[in-house]
Amino acid sequence: MKRYFPHILSALLLSATGCKKDSDFLNVQPTSILTPEQAFAGPSQALSVLADLYNRQVDFSSLDGGWVSFADFSESFPSENGQTGIVQRNSWDFGAWGTWDYGYIRHLNLFIERATAAPALSDSDKKRFLAEARFLRANYYFEMVKRMGGVPLILESLEYDFGGDPTYLQYPRAKESEIYDFVISEAEAIKNDLPADPGEKSRATRAAALAMECRAALYAGSIAKYGVNTPQVSLPGGEVGIPASMANGYYTKALQAAQEIISGSAGTYALYNRKPDLSDNFANIFLDKNGNPESIWIEDFKLKSGKVHGFTVANQPRYGAEEEEGGRLNPSLNLVQAFEKLDNTFAPLPVADADGNPVYYENLLDIFAGRDARLAGTVILPGSAFRGRNVDIWAGYQLADGSIITGDDRGAQKELPGTNTPVQVVGFDGPVNAKEFTAQSGFYIRKYLDPAPGAGSRGTNSEVPFIRYRYAEVLLNAAEAAFELGQPGTAAGYMNQVRARAGLVIPLDAADITFDRIVHERRVELAFEGHILFDMKRWRLAHRVWDGAQMSVSDLTSNIGEAAKHSTQPYALWPYKIYDPASTNNGKWIYKIVRPALVTGTNRFRLGNYYSFINDEIRSNNPKIVRQPNQ
Amino acid sequence: MQSRYHHTSYFLLLISCFLLSGGCKKDNYDPPAAQLTGRIVYNGEPVNVEYNQVSYQLYQFGFGKVGPIEGTFNQEGVYSQVLFNGEYKFIIPNGQGPFRWKQTGAGAPDSVTINIQGNQTLDMEVTPYYLIRSPQLTAGNNKVTATCSIEQIITDASARDLESVSLYVNKTQFVSGADNIESATLSAADIADPDNVTLQVTVPAMTPAQDYVYARIGLKIAGVEDRIFSPLVRLDL
Repeated sequence: MKRYFPHILSALLLSATGCKKDSDFLNVQPTSILTPEQAFAGPSQALSVLADLYNRQVDFSSLDGGWVSFADFSESFPSENGQTGIVQRNSWDFGAWGTWDYGYIRHLNLFIERATAAPALSDSDKKRFLAEARFLRANYYFEMVKRMGGVPLILESLEYDFGGDPTYLQYPRAKESEIYDFVISEAEAIKNDLPADPGEKSRATRAAALAMECRAALYAGSIAKYGVNTPQVSLPGGEVGIPASMANGYYTKALQAAQEIISGSAGTYALYNRKPDLSDNFANIFLDKNGNPESIWIEDFKLKSGKVHGFTVANQPRYGAEEEEGGRLNPSLNLVQAFEKLDNTFAPLPVADADGNPVYYENLLDIFAGRDARLAGTVILPGSAFRGRNVDIWAGYQLADGSIITGDDRGAQKELPGTNTPVQVVGFDGPVNAKEFTAQSGFYIRKYLDPAPGAGSRGTNSEVPFIRYRYAEVLLNAAEAAFELGQPGTAAGYMNQVRARAGLVIPLDAADITFDRIVHERRVELAFEGHILFDMKRWRLAHRVWDGAQMSVSDLTSNIGEAAKHSTQPYALWPYKIYDPASTNNGKWIYKIVRPALVTGTNRFRLGNYYSFINDEIRSNNPKIVRQPNQ
Repeated sequence: MQSRYHHTSYFLLLISCFLLSGGCKKDNYDPPAAQLTGRIVYNGEPVNVEYNQVSYQLYQFGFGKVGPIEGTFNQEGVYSQVLFNGEYKFIIPNGQGPFRWKQTGAGAPDSVTINIQGNQTLDMEVTPYYLIRSPQLTAGNNKVTATCSIEQIITDASARDLESVSLYVNKTQFVSGADNIESATLSAADIADPDNVTLQVTVPAMTPAQDYVYARIGLKIAGVEDRIFSPLVRLDL
């Protein structure tokens, strides 16, 4: 018996553990992956899946995507030495601005399929979630069609059968118009499932769907109308280019969608008007998160949540900044001078009188007096203040004989003639050529710059939101659509609302509304909001505005306000202080128009840039994808 | 025990050294060595363009996925590419260059088959829309004067209008719309006689001073983005 005991014992032990079946023993649920059932077990779980999909939306410019996404197009000078390529290259890559994220599309499709099938979600929750996912999907298809033209329209999750033949997964590109039609029809289909709640900013609302529809229809309409100017930019299959006959239909839809928002049926939105100073008011549109009536859909940020951005760190005025950096985005003179005068006329900034003599100014800000309030709301001008501290932008002293005394560092000191004590001869904010983080164009950006304490420090950052759709753009969309439909009176009505908020209180009448006016208004109202590239593309103006030719000062200062005025190099406006103790002009300011020394390239938008390159990998994997024109 | 372990690791190190030194030869190809070069010509005459703006593509089939080897012509319309021996197809994509490249019936660019066996020079024949004839560029009194005549080459249904003629002057030998210190432009409406076009620019002050400039004439054709140029000349002021 003793001999058998160990055998019996081991047999017992084996049978004891063996009770569990092998398959159960090996089948351990992973703790880091949720099954579809778990992910849709309730509204809060589904919402967190949706939050990831919200987070993956693609914007042209985004506050957490780096300041560089706001630079370029001669609207600003990049004041960081690692990014001077922006003003030194002579053309854009054909691949620039491309996006092709079908992984995202697949996840959106899966969300829609799984949420539809989820038994644990109530009907009302389900309806809203589905509408939101469809909104995100339509908005991303809109983003793709803006950049790539027609793309394969995939509305269900695709599965590979591992059969060795993937051809059934290869879809050709849809027509450009079909993608726009899809965006418009989706917006119409989901708008009533979304809440008409102006207090909801970061999730999709009825107004967000309508604003998307309005912008998409407007883009499609203008591509149809102005595409005739560039017949080369089209493909025989319609993947690029929209027939001119479709223009009016799209413009009508754009106007209808805009009017639905304006009428208040999607909730009450209005132009932001809370501050007496019109420039502060304009800057505050982008800062005020307290029931802002203007923003429709935003990408929100929150301090101490992990979702914050360093836009203020990167772009705050360098002098007195909370970090040893800032000042990267320098709006160009090209943009600054485009802000019109209060009498609705365009004029260059008066640096010289009719005889070519410099104009002397008592105060730095005087040269900008009597202009559109949006100028000082968008740009930090020399002589103005940010966060209660004056910026120190001036390029040097000019002596009686016209010679210049300046330094090559921020706030450099030198002796003036006839003295032997060194004094400051250049501003602490520059401008000094090639000195990064100074105002090399003479200006800093103000839009999105957060005056809250700590917003300029890397450890805190900022929670200012990025506004994707706002009411003023809806008004401008309505104005453009009405103008194109031959209703200039209606267009003037919408445009005057936006202009009055900017202090341009002399109304434009129907006869004043021209295509140039429409182009101009969008450029100044929506500067640095990610519109200029797509606007110039859809009007087929991009290859004329960025034509690759060098720019002279006379090019710069003539034809301001003209839609097709070429703008290929960012210019600067530098203030100098007069040092001439014998003269009454001593201590006054003059301005000089200069081209920053680092600007050596010109912006050249080639016809092949109208639609971004679809790379060889994609086209090899799916031979049905046709190549973009002119590349 | 300890020493034997040491032994093994030295041995392994030695083997990996051998493998590394031997691997270089075995695994790798020789670098491409055959140079293909040439220029774009019309009836043997060189066609001048802007550097880095007019592109061409070379395809080689039979290696799985297909993607082009891309390159651009330089100012004189010269291309060059170092390749492996083999058969290639050369195209100029649609919409590139101030000229017409032959197309297939479907409108796609037609290809030239090139069989590379060692260095090769091959000029590519194109049909420009216009040509700048007998360009005369002279300098004096800090001014550069250019005269030329403009000949329309393509006159059939795909003919295009002239948009403008420009004279570009630069400090360096890169001379184009993007690279110039001064330019003068005459739009098509202001050209009275295409056989006798005159342009003049005043050369601005240059830092550092130099007593010569480079110049050439560029022709813009309506609806075509690349300009065609006259040959580059160096002018003493």
